[in-house]
Amino acid sequence: MSNAAVEVAGLWAGYNRHTALRDVSFTIEPGCLAGLVGPNGSGKSTLMKVMLGLHQSWRGAVRIFDKDGKEYKGRIGYTPQFELIDWAFPVTAYDVVLMGRYGKLGLVRRPTKRDHEIAMQALERVGMADRRQRGIGELSGGEQRRVLVARALAQESDLLLFDEPLAGVDATAQHDLLRLLEELRVDGQTLFVATHDLSCVAANFDHVVLLNRSVVAFGRAEEVFTEELLSKTFQRHLLVLPGEDRTFVGP
Amino acid sequence: MTEILDFLREPFSLEFMQRGLIAAVLVSIVAAVVGSFVVLKGMAFVGDALPHASFGGVAVAFVIGANLQLGAAIGALLSALAIGFIARRGLVRYDTAIGIIFLASFALGILLVSRQRSYTVDLFSFVFGSVLAVTWNDVWIILAVSLGILLFVGLFYKEMLFTAYDPTMAAATGIPVAAMQYGLLALIGLTVAVALQVLGIVLVLAMLVAPPATAQLLTRSLPAMMAVGAVVGVLSSIAGLFIAWHADVSASAAIVLVATGFFALALALSPRQGILAKLRQPITDEDEAEFTNGRDPAEAGHTTG
Repeated sequence: MSNAAVEVAGLWAGYNRHTALRDVSFTIEPGCLAGLVGPNGSGKSTLMKVMLGLHQSWRGAVRIFDKDGKEYKGRIGYTPQFELIDWAFPVTAYDVVLMGRYGKLGLVRRPTKRDHEIAMQALERVGMADRRQRGIGELSGGEQRRVLVARALAQESDLLLFDEPLAGVDATAQHDLLRLLEELRVDGQTLFVATHDLSCVAANFDHVVLLNRSVVAFGRAEEVFTEELLSKTFQRHLLVLPGEDRTFVGP
Repeated sequence: MTEILDFLREPFSLEFMQRGLIAAVLVSIVAAVVGSFVVLKGMAFVGDALPHASFGGVAVAFVIGANLQLGAAIGALLSALAIGFIARRGLVRYDTAIGIIFLASFALGILLVSRQRSYTVDLFSFVFGSVLAVTWNDVWIILAVSLGILLFVGLFYKEMLFTAYDPTMAAATGIPVAAMQYGLLALIGLTVAVALQVLGIVLVLAMLVAPPATAQLLTRSLPAMMAVGAVVGVLSSIAGLFIAWHADVSASAAIVLVATGFFALALALSPRQGILAKLRQPITDEDEAEFTNGRDPAEAGHTTG
């Protein structure tokens, strides 16, 4: 028995013969904002896909709120990588958020009044209610990410996965998004955020999993954010700027 | 005044023209609905491949003396599913799978037909279309299949939309993405099968692509795109048949050229032209300021309207 939100044990996964994850184990406590930090190609997206049941693992187990990962399929809130989304597609912000309800509805069934209410609440939560009838392509980068966060919220899950939500937006939008994520944690959500961006991680995340194919370290942010562990995770990609407080610059 | 009315009415006073018109209108509605997915998902190559692949089915039906329409439908459907099956294995690229399957089926058609002593008109009507030779029986078949296709899209609209927009997320929330992708291929196959008689193998793609592409320039939601695409398709069918009658030219070619004309018009007059091109790329920080300046097309685009 455990009361972890996420418990990954001895996980191996990959594509054809290429190993993307080797013997990955870590736990995430409920109600925390956890970071999944590693360079590009370190297996972050693969790990998320295994957790979501989109990719079959070779060995090991994923438990979500003490249930087998397979039982939890379709019930984890998720925001995919930004580049994977077609921003020219003719849908409004509202349409996109309502999609978060589709999985729960079952085949053929149409969204009910309740689904529309939940979508509207999610839009309000991220501050996008007044722009809901905009085409998604007309929104700014920060607004587009808020819409995706609202879609994950509309899934009404206690666990939210974000794949690189901060990539490709300016510092202000990053700051606003991080504040939104912190607010969601205060609401009682468990958030697991993949990023290769180190600039904001130390200050904002409670727990961090350092990943480079295998887990380099996991624990409280201040414990794992050491030069030694980060060098091990990012290897050549890491640049350490000397100064009064050491500054880490990611890839 | 009455002369003008007569000029407009004349072509459609004859029964074979009426049948042709009904068939063309049905086909253009279905082609716009299914074609919206084709345009949005960049599947034009599939739309071109399936009509050609159906020729294999037509030839087999011809040789064994079966119904040619049915042969075309089976040829297009089997090819669509084979393309989906090979592409899903992920061993070859999608376009490679399409190229191999459609040419194999097309070559089979040529092989079988080359054995025949006499090429009949029947067979060639599939290559160039023969909307004016449509029988009432054909119209009923086109109507039934069209209603079936529209019913499928209506029932599974939510699943098809989500799968088309964001397949990863759709799969993560438990939408049967693979079934929907096969379903879309099958719908394109069926649309092609009913459209063949009206438009012919060579021109089917135009009606799958031109009206929805025209609509995409003018609308912001998928249902609107489908509806405007259907209107463009229907108008093209009416105008095309009208031109074909008075100028004594190929009806299918006239329909396609009118549809192309609508697209060119939309491209030139769309108030969002230029802005749309930007929407195709994720917005970067540098684009932001410039983009905001051009945000309101109603204000920015008045000179063109």
